[in-house]
Amino acid sequence: MSSSPVAGPAATGPSSGSGTAPAGRPAPDRPRGGPGRHGRRVRPVSAGARPGPRRVARHWPQYLAISPYYLIFTVFMLFPVIFTVYLAFQKWDGIGDMHFVGFQQFRFLWDDPIFWLSVRNTLVIWVLSTVPMLFLALVLAVLVNSTKRFTAFYRVALFIPSITSLVAIAIFFGAIFSNNFGLINAILRSMHLSAVPWLSNEWTIKLVIAALMTWQWTGYNAIIYLAGLQAIPSELYEAAKMDGAGPVRLFFSITIPLLRPIILFTVVVSTVTGLQSFTEPQVLFGSEASTNPNSGGPGQAALTTLLYFYHQAFDNNDFGYGAAIVWAFFLVILLIVLINWRLVQRKERRP
Amino acid sequence: MNGLNRNRFRGLSVHVVLMVGVVISVFPFYWIVVMATNTSQDIYSYPPKLWFGGNLLTNIQHLFDKMDFFGSLFNTVIVAVCTTLLVLFFDSLAAFAFAKYDFPGKKFLFGVLLSMYLLPTQLAIIPQYEIMVQLGWLGTLKALIVPAAANAFGIFWMRQYTTSSVPDELLDAARIEGAGFFRLYWHVVLPCVRPALAFLGIYTFIAAWNDYILPLVMLVNPDRLTLQVALAQLYAGHSTDYSMVMSGVLLSVIPLVLVFTFFARGFIADATKGALR
Repeated sequence: MSSSPVAGPAATGPSSGSGTAPAGRPAPDRPRGGPGRHGRRVRPVSAGARPGPRRVARHWPQYLAISPYYLIFTVFMLFPVIFTVYLAFQKWDGIGDMHFVGFQQFRFLWDDPIFWLSVRNTLVIWVLSTVPMLFLALVLAVLVNSTKRFTAFYRVALFIPSITSLVAIAIFFGAIFSNNFGLINAILRSMHLSAVPWLSNEWTIKLVIAALMTWQWTGYNAIIYLAGLQAIPSELYEAAKMDGAGPVRLFFSITIPLLRPIILFTVVVSTVTGLQSFTEPQVLFGSEASTNPNSGGPGQAALTTLLYFYHQAFDNNDFGYGAAIVWAFFLVILLIVLINWRLVQRKERRP
Repeated sequence: MNGLNRNRFRGLSVHVVLMVGVVISVFPFYWIVVMATNTSQDIYSYPPKLWFGGNLLTNIQHLFDKMDFFGSLFNTVIVAVCTTLLVLFFDSLAAFAFAKYDFPGKKFLFGVLLSMYLLPTQLAIIPQYEIMVQLGWLGTLKALIVPAAANAFGIFWMRQYTTSSVPDELLDAARIEGAGFFRLYWHVVLPCVRPALAFLGIYTFIAAWNDYILPLVMLVNPDRLTLQVALAQLYAGHSTDYSMVMSGVLLSVIPLVLVFTFFARGFIADATKGALR
């Protein structure tokens, strides 16, 4: 099987496609000058300039030009991120004095069942949304790529969910999945099925939130895949077809391997964004937080880690514990991204 | 003949499946209009109304009683417009320096910019809150605009474009006539990079318009909210009066979506390029 000619492009595909596939796309804004670009891009003001304070001083307009970003980055990002580490070792309500407590916040976190529940909720919602999202996106991309008609229309229609306000869409999903009056239950009723209490059951709550995320990001990922598909040279397909490969074989032997770098990109991005789900549960269930200790909906089923972080930091004013939660969670995200990365990379090496 | 029919059938079934995807994508907008134009009673009844009703103006009247819609809209527009203009200016200026000049420390500085690209903003949000308290900006729109006034993605995106589409000959010609860095930027670079600015502008505007967590944390004054926060609070307080809440959703979502579809084709092409770089 594997020695058939069809496997040829697939076996060599990853090595040539890996990392460079996005660049291989025909992009209209690539440099018109072509090869001359790299040699000419950098243009020192005077060729014989020696490094040193005078050379730095001569470039004051460039430093001035880039300074706004670095100023904002330092004040509002770099310093706060480091300060969050410091805060995680303090007890502080944001107003009074800070008290150094060592690793106490992290020890408490380790034994906090609600923190681990929130991590579990986040992971379940992430899997329930990301797997169907990326699968459906790939299917849609292949279909759009297989036709020449209405493609502009399809692209726009599929892309629109990704620019829609998350608050608005959360309210919409809350309305149609409403236990008593929602559209979904009305449809079930018209089919003589019993209504489902979508927003009261631990698992259906997660399903609704995952459905929301799937709705919002499937089209976006499909458009990304489509760009990757259009970069695959059609000669590869024609050659394989001549060797007698069917559409399924073409898909698994050419499309998937050549698309792998882009698949890796979408997996990383949807991991980083999917694990940070906050607005969906906050809009649907967050309002109960101040009055109801069961925040995050019935059974705290929608309490994602970021929502728990938000409650601890900004409802309970427990800044020290909030800092510990958000740092611990960042490490969880990092770990999962690295695992994903390794998985996709390993598949790539397989002959 | 048979083969032709089969091909036709396959072509048709592709479009049928794609149309299902399209319908699912746009159905919420249709249904938001249905809910916003009927009464809550109509929505609660079985079978539900499936078509537009005539109750939109009444719903909007109720909406204006319950929330300061125009105040929130005004705040949102201020934040989105100011953020967008600042991002366009600062990012394209920095991008010009990175794209066309060589200066000490450039590699290191650009490396910092790239590596911080995916850092989750939540890691910074508690100290950000405290900084805003210290500056006295808490509850003001400055707390949203200033931290977002320049970003790594925009600089990266504009640098790619400036590198490839601002001809060095043009810059040289202007230099011979005595133009300095900032005049070059204004008279040569800006006209050349307009298409890239259009994408970055639309992207920034939409992101600022839809942002939720930062306004939720920073806008502590209930009289001074952005649309997203005000809508979420309206829903939390009046979750049973769907038709009224939906008229608010309609007014805050549909204009943006309509404007977007107008620019959509070029924007989507650029968005995939930006993502795949």
